[in-house]
Amino acid sequence: MSGGSFYQRDRRWHPPAYDPGYKTSITRSPQKPLIALDNTLSEMTGPVFGHETLGPLDDDMIRNFAKDGEPIGQRIIVHGRVLDEDARPVPGALIEVWQANAGGRYRHKKETYLAPLDPNFGGCGRTISGPDGSYRFRTIKPGPYPWPNGPNDWRPAHIHFSIFGHGFAQRLITQMYFEGDPLIWLCPIVATIPDKAAIERLIAPLDMANTVPMDARAYKFDIVLRGRRSTLFENRMEGN
Amino acid sequence: MVQSLDRLKESPSQTAGPYVHIGCTPNFSGIEGVFPDDLGRTMLKPETKGERIRVVGRVFDGVGTPLKDALVEIWQADADGLYPSPQETRGKADPAFTGFGRSAGDMASGEFVFDTIKPGPVPFKDGRPQAPHITLWIVARGINLGLHTRLYFGDEEAANASDPILSRIEHRSRVATLIAPKTMEDGMATYRHDIFLQGENETIFFDI
Repeated sequence: MSGGSFYQRDRRWHPPAYDPGYKTSITRSPQKPLIALDNTLSEMTGPVFGHETLGPLDDDMIRNFAKDGEPIGQRIIVHGRVLDEDARPVPGALIEVWQANAGGRYRHKKETYLAPLDPNFGGCGRTISGPDGSYRFRTIKPGPYPWPNGPNDWRPAHIHFSIFGHGFAQRLITQMYFEGDPLIWLCPIVATIPDKAAIERLIAPLDMANTVPMDARAYKFDIVLRGRRSTLFENRMEGN
Repeated sequence: MVQSLDRLKESPSQTAGPYVHIGCTPNFSGIEGVFPDDLGRTMLKPETKGERIRVVGRVFDGVGTPLKDALVEIWQADADGLYPSPQETRGKADPAFTGFGRSAGDMASGEFVFDTIKPGPVPFKDGRPQAPHITLWIVARGINLGLHTRLYFGDEEAANASDPILSRIEHRSRVATLIAPKTMEDGMATYRHDIFLQGENETIFFDI
């Protein structure tokens, strides 16, 4: 495992902090310049979560909250690989996911959308990538929902992803969208990403090869975390 | 034409949104029975080495309103300055310390709380010691890319004065935004560290 510093983050590829089209960002975006900080051990290291962290149903959102039946909705499998910018697999990455139910309703006290809760759907799951960076989980396809931003803004169907790589500098939260959803191109949160090619990195294609016949369709979603330098030619660190 | 670097682009970030607690602290958000405990809720065991401290604070928006939907994560070294990470090559960190904490903030006040230990010093890349510090990462609705910052300790004046990162910050008046004053609250050494996303006292955030 190489342990050097991480490649610089391309901040023009990520959404800017301030985007008036996404109103909440207006008062929550730092306005002063970020201070560039060469990675130290504090950023190059990060917490590690072992497979003992996981319960047997953590990656199965169809069953992990089910009370008296299975949740309503389209059964899907989401799978892919966690890679770094050099296309190397990132094994042992903790992936946490959360989403609305099939009607577009989140199980949350502050959620006011009129679509009903599903008594058999919680909406959270997690898994850890394998030695080849691969991961998969099972869920139902989330519904789109309206949200208070413009007078008539709707979120496309999406699943939130939180990913831990090997260093705290790799920490990332993003969202996965579904191929063919026309709401993707109308959404102010999606539109915070300046580059269409970057948005397309977040759209999971239908993957018929991995579909389970007569059961669940599959979507493939690869996640790329920051790459890191080899330590070979870097300044020697204390004790190294 | 030249050869291709064959490099991938990092997945672009998207906001954690208003319901980040469903995924990251489900028990806190009322979804019980899926995970036995929320990740990062407990950093300590009785046998963890080091001085017990509490870190508290709130995250304020540009209007001065505390965020109640933020998620704050911390990462820090153990009492000897070692990280509990496979990337740590200088020694073995205290096995009774996770180094990682996660707080959803109080539902009513937005206050985050971490019960932890004071970290030991960690070397800068050239070998000089850094002042003891905690790394913070903040996400919330309206934050499009997670914010990295640090907490330094107000009672480490000498170490802070010679810290290689603090000492090269051009705008000296901003350095104080990274330093948490020490108080005693309920008999516990407490470092109060409010984060300001905007305004006169905007916290220093790092591009790491």
